[in-house]
Amino acid sequence: MDGWVGKILRVNLTKGAVSVEDLDEKTAHDYIGGRGLGIKYLYDEIDPKIDPLSPRNKLIMATGPLTGTGALAGSRYMVVTKAPLTGAIANSNSGGYFGAELKYAGYDMVIFEGKAKEPVYLWIENDNIEIRSAKDLWGKNTHETTSLIQSETDDDAKVACIGPAGENLVKFANIMNDNGRAAGRSGVGAVMGSKNLKAVAVRGTNGVTVADPEGFREAVLDAIKEFHDPFMSEVLAKYGTADVVEFSNEVGLLPTRNFQQGTFEGAAKIGGAVIAEKYNIRGAKKTKACFGCPLACGRVTRVPDGEFKGEGEGPEYETLGSLGAVCGIDNPEPIIKANYICNEMGMDTISAGATIGCAMELFEKGFLPEKDVGTKLNFGNGRAMVELLQKAAHREGFGDVIAEGSYRLAEKYGHPELSMTVKKQEFPNYDPRGGQGFALAYATSNRGACHIRQEVHCVEFFGISLMGIIKTGGSLDRFSTKGKPEVTKQFQDFYCMIDSSGICNFIIIGSPDHNVFINLMEKGTGLNFGGLKGFLKTGERIFNLERLFNIKAGLTSKDDTLPKRMLEEPMPAGPGKGYVVHLDDMLPNYYKTRGWSAKGVPSVKLLADLEIKA
Amino acid sequence: MAKALTVNLDKCTGCRSCELACSFKHHREFNPVKSNIHVSIFTENAFYVPVVCFQCDKAFCAEVCPTGAISAGEANGAYVVTVDKGKCVGCKMCTLACPFGVITYQSEGHVQKCDLCGGEPECVTFCVPGALEFKEETAATLKKTRVLAEKIYRQKEVS
Repeated sequence: MDGWVGKILRVNLTKGAVSVEDLDEKTAHDYIGGRGLGIKYLYDEIDPKIDPLSPRNKLIMATGPLTGTGALAGSRYMVVTKAPLTGAIANSNSGGYFGAELKYAGYDMVIFEGKAKEPVYLWIENDNIEIRSAKDLWGKNTHETTSLIQSETDDDAKVACIGPAGENLVKFANIMNDNGRAAGRSGVGAVMGSKNLKAVAVRGTNGVTVADPEGFREAVLDAIKEFHDPFMSEVLAKYGTADVVEFSNEVGLLPTRNFQQGTFEGAAKIGGAVIAEKYNIRGAKKTKACFGCPLACGRVTRVPDGEFKGEGEGPEYETLGSLGAVCGIDNPEPIIKANYICNEMGMDTISAGATIGCAMELFEKGFLPEKDVGTKLNFGNGRAMVELLQKAAHREGFGDVIAEGSYRLAEKYGHPELSMTVKKQEFPNYDPRGGQGFALAYATSNRGACHIRQEVHCVEFFGISLMGIIKTGGSLDRFSTKGKPEVTKQFQDFYCMIDSSGICNFIIIGSPDHNVFINLMEKGTGLNFGGLKGFLKTGERIFNLERLFNIKAGLTSKDDTLPKRMLEEPMPAGPGKGYVVHLDDMLPNYYKTRGWSAKGVPSVKLLADLEIKA
Repeated sequence: MAKALTVNLDKCTGCRSCELACSFKHHREFNPVKSNIHVSIFTENAFYVPVVCFQCDKAFCAEVCPTGAISAGEANGAYVVTVDKGKCVGCKMCTLACPFGVITYQSEGHVQKCDLCGGEPECVTFCVPGALEFKEETAATLKKTRVLAEKIYRQKEVS
């Protein structure tokens, strides 16, 4: 096989046994890798009804056929499991160097089963696989864990690990790799914690080949040409994604004070320019890249002194939104500090910030008593946010409630409607009232509220044509529901392919031509997708299998919805003033477009067309 | 004037595309350990150092080679130290002699090192941030001197 390395590593933690299996060629062709292969194996191997934190859940780390190749930003691996935050499918993606190293060790995928008796970590050095004790590592933060494991194994080992949050089964615990990169969402770190699996360390010295070397080289050069889009290669290079803060504020969808507003008076104070010039150690220029990435959107920052002193990676846009505007905080220093804490403790910054923001609204409305929190948890209280996150990771005091995520928090205090979630997963930082299309995307994303499994906001704001697939001739009217079900489906199916390929969606999505991506995939793997139609069909197969998993896990069309605030409370000010989300106008058409029943269930005919064995 | 492969540390982002390009060009596989260029990464300071053969004037690797497989001279407008794979017996003396660890043995019976790809270094082609350049040596060195001078000047201003 080319692209793929053809092996799967299976680790049974209960038995302490490891085995290597061949990757079935047909399955690889039908489900590609990453997100697709992950759901295929998970769907076939577990009962979706199980408790996600029980030993019966499995945790899959899956690379794609382009991971580790010279395709632009072929750095990605996907963590696929049943999510503790949502009870639905989880697919959390990360870059850095870890994914490529796994391929070089000779594995497309690692499947973890069962539960170890005591804390362990897995050491993969090509064919030598060892389950080692992690008793001395339990309780250590992600940075300490990484360097301790490197000193025990190999300085060049790449490490993916959990921090105290994952150990303590925090519902939004993540998996951190290469210190600063995160498989962030849905609580995948808690699944690792529930298995007593502290870390995976890998060192690989084998190569990855591609099917058509000359053709592949040309395809990469084409992709580099396309990549020279001014936003991608200049703005993001200078400021990272933090640049989006002020843009979102201008167009009126920067979530502010738990999504009560879409404009934040403090946006400029926490914007890309401030972060770059005052805190980024290289200033306003490219700072840190993932493996093989020409963009280098990563940031390395330092808060030199004061109570929020520290150093580390971030903040990115989503972090500045959730830990900043959502919590009404306009001082960058507590936001950056909270980002460092999330990285070190192993927590998703989006859910962490949104949960604190929700607690702040509950507090201000008088639903959450001060005696429970132990402090005045008003919007804007950066110090309280930083302290609460530290406590959440260790489940100390009120941190134990924060650790459950915003839905369970709001429910506990009698106001679940104040949790800004879909399928119990917190919103990322685009207020859905600011664009009907991405509101529908949030509601129907298989893993709960998410911006990155379908970037419909890109077509509503930037006129991005989804690589020429959407023939709009410019941006779609963001306040109209017209055409949004079709666009959402196209985005979701296409992104299933990007998320399965092993490359980062940031790199190619600005290109006007989808053939740039299809070409990389075909020259890399030797597959012939039969044009865009066949390509999207593979994506659709992956999306529908995730949907089936969710249905079997007990989710229904009732879960394809948004909080009452989005559906009934008009946006109070800004360019989106007066708008609510018209989900009822879109959802039935979306189901129809997908070939699903009125209750959101894929039809037998559709499943047969997609060759899915339910 | 001879061209040289130069590195601008301020522009390197640690993406390691050069390692991918090099191994693919010479081995038709993506495999950083087979690359002739390696990037050392110090993320905490956003500092990345690509290290590749300096094409030494006094090349220790050539001096210790018992079979005369390593030679130095001008080729394609550049001064380059090259390995004749036909003459190399894989004794690895050169890997011991090289002070920088940039000549390596790859289990194929001979050593390998950067040969500047015959005057079109593949790593330069794929270095999107422009940290690697292949250009006339004096111009390259002058710019480095200028950057250093500016740093000293700024340091003086501060103190």
